[in-house]
Amino acid sequence: MESVNIEKIVEKYFEGTTTLQEEVILKTYFTLGNVAPHLQEYQPLFSYFATAQEESYTKSIQLIPKQSQRKNRYWMSIVASIALLTCMFVGKQQYDEYQQQQEVERLFAELSKGLRLLSTNLQKGEQAVATLYTYEKAVQKITE
Amino acid sequence: MNQSDFLKVVLPFKDKVFRLAKRLLVSREEAEDATQELFFKLWKSKDKIADYKNVEAFAMTMTKNYCFDRLKSKQATNLTLVHSNYEAKETSLDKKIEYQDSVNQVYKLIEQLPDQQKIIIQLRDVEQYDLEEIGKMVDMKPTAVRVALSRARKTIREELIKKHNYGIS
Repeated sequence: MESVNIEKIVEKYFEGTTTLQEEVILKTYFTLGNVAPHLQEYQPLFSYFATAQEESYTKSIQLIPKQSQRKNRYWMSIVASIALLTCMFVGKQQYDEYQQQQEVERLFAELSKGLRLLSTNLQKGEQAVATLYTYEKAVQKITE
Repeated sequence: MNQSDFLKVVLPFKDKVFRLAKRLLVSREEAEDATQELFFKLWKSKDKIADYKNVEAFAMTMTKNYCFDRLKSKQATNLTLVHSNYEAKETSLDKKIEYQDSVNQVYKLIEQLPDQQKIIIQLRDVEQYDLEEIGKMVDMKPTAVRVALSRARKTIREELIKKHNYGIS
């Protein structure tokens, strides 16, 4: 291709008005070497684009493992909530049991306190009766 | 749509997605992760894909948005700046070093462009989409795309000429 023609296309290129076909022409002109001296400063630009086109994604695209990971997370949340619920249920039961035991102990303590009080008072009564009895005996002796 | 159908649709443009991601995210590893993540996203929305007339354009738009999000997120703040050395073909040995240097120069110049222009240069000069398609991908009018493209190309030219003249004198 004549350099005059290329020059025109280069001008259009910088105005952004080139068609894709014209840009292909530019790319081939500049990458094949043999570039006119006054156009050489543009050469790196087009050879850069040519090499940049060849870069590729070399890894394979994974669609499955990430998905299973996500599924795992889904199941994990279900398991975790079940565990939490069981813990709460068992905990509540234990707590109730403990409360009941406390209540029984308290009642027992109260009952034994009451009984003790009753027994001491009874003893007092017995003593009083005993003194009364000796008094009665003494009275009988005197009246005989 | 099963897996092999899906791959048949998406595999032809996987390199384009990767290259755009790399253009924006710079590091190869980041770009690979982004590509993987994007295809996974596409796979998840595979039911919708059937409705799209142009899956490729849709994927490129997604890539653009995803990369912008990555750049904004904190995770991307400790990006490593890695760029590969581009090999220049069919040049004589004595010129090779100087030449490769200026090819790398172009990479760096594009690097310095604003993101929007970077994307447009990538889509046009590397991937060779027409202005209409690019307009759809970046959500701009074709004429606006042309203006941005011209601006980007001129910026690169100015810098290249500066370097070129500097080398001579």
